Amino acid sequence: MSQLSTRHLLGIKDINEEDIRLIFETADNFKEVINRPIKKVPSLRDITIANIFFENSTRTKLSFELAEKRLSADIVNFSSSNSSVKKGETLIDTVNNILSMKVDMVVMRHSSPGAPHFLSKNIKANIVNAGDGTHEHPTQALLDSFSIREKLGDVAGKKVAIIGDILHSRVALSNIFCLQKLGAEVMVCGPITLIPKHIASLGVKVEYDVRKALAWCDVANVLRIQLERQQIKYFPSLREYSLYYGINKKMLDNLDKEIVIMHPGPINRGVELNSDVADSKQSIILNQVENGVAVRMAVLYLLAGGK
Amino acid sequence: MQKRLVLDQRQIEIILKRFCHQLIENHDTFENTVLLGLQPRGPIVLDKIAAKLKEITGLDIPFGYLDATFHRDDFRRRDFPLKANETKINFLIEGKRVVLVDDVLYKGRSVRAAMDAMIAFGRPAKVELMVLVDRKFTRDYPIMPDYCGLKVNTLESQYVIVEWAANGFENDGIWITEKEKN
Repeated sequence: MSQLSTRHLLGIKDINEEDIRLIFETADNFKEVINRPIKKVPSLRDITIANIFFENSTRTKLSFELAEKRLSADIVNFSSSNSSVKKGETLIDTVNNILSMKVDMVVMRHSSPGAPHFLSKNIKANIVNAGDGTHEHPTQALLDSFSIREKLGDVAGKKVAIIGDILHSRVALSNIFCLQKLGAEVMVCGPITLIPKHIASLGVKVEYDVRKALAWCDVANVLRIQLERQQIKYFPSLREYSLYYGINKKMLDNLDKEIVIMHPGPINRGVELNSDVADSKQSIILNQVENGVAVRMAVLYLLAGGK
Repeated sequence: MQKRLVLDQRQIEIILKRFCHQLIENHDTFENTVLLGLQPRGPIVLDKIAAKLKEITGLDIPFGYLDATFHRDDFRRRDFPLKANETKINFLIEGKRVVLVDDVLYKGRSVRAAMDAMIAFGRPAKVELMVLVDRKFTRDYPIMPDYCGLKVNTLESQYVIVEWAANGFENDGIWITEKEKN
């Protein structure tokens, strides 16, 4: 099959393993395209995409924009900070206004979990979720698994530890779904206050000691502490967090194997990752960024295809 | 389903040898020439030609595979998107003489897309087209082969099927069949 089972990418939970594999195979082709002397293909030249960001984003927005431009789509950008949303317009009114301008696809980031799901039920365009609150960030999970596959050959059978602020992380949830669908074992690790209470019901291991997590895993996906989402104090200080959960080169050298280090960005150097780890040869953080463009091209191409 | 054999293994072999000698005649030392097989079925023809050319001339002529899926003009006109194949070109084609190789020339749309895709690797000095079978009177674009194995008259209701022993068939062979009616 060369078609996804869905016409929106709202979350990894809603797609199946075949969809993920199709996205990866298509992304392989796009990775070759973005390494050509001329990095552009005309596939989406009659398609208009609106990038609607109700929340701040640097990397994801740039990555989507680049993916869309490499596919020759026409794009319009919108961010809530300078829009009518500030004047009291509802989400659906804002989007319908944009769609009246004949937009075919919407890439949306929103602080409310479920916002893209709501939108997909009310408008005609294909929706790609670029992060909805603490819920899902499907393209990040896809590019993370794609990067693991690229580095280690396959995701199936690999042990992946997601370390950090699991409670507020949409990246963690999407990664758990994606890795499990591809046959990996998943562990979450962080301070007890930053691990959701019932997370083990998703079939993941829970560990509170970062050294044990590192000793267990083949891949450590390290997440940022999301201070902007924390209304109360979940741990005494960043310094203390760094002391107990920060990963440094010495910790990696003490392991009897070489593990892969990942981070979805932005990194708080010296907090969750020391520079000697972030910039080490074990780190595939910059590969993740490059793969992000190829994976997003694949998602957009596959969703836009067909009649 | 009725099948009519138009080229058997021996005839295909003769054609491939002829192609090699025609290429030698036109490209001499192959100093500035590269060969590109058009995915998905051109590479198998190209592999055979490249091996024969190496046998005859002793030269390692650069060759690669080109996929034009992302350059096709029927995206969004099909029920679902086409799956892409590997593009494997380890050289620039800037200023090169390029020979595009495919099995069957039908509407000419794939070749148009391939020429579009090819430009991403540079501006070639000259482009030629080599096909095993040319389906006459079916072209949608003004595209003609420079090297042709066999010209056949076919109807819209027919397929040209290329079978290779390397793909598990008993022998190499090119057949014309009727499309199955729904």
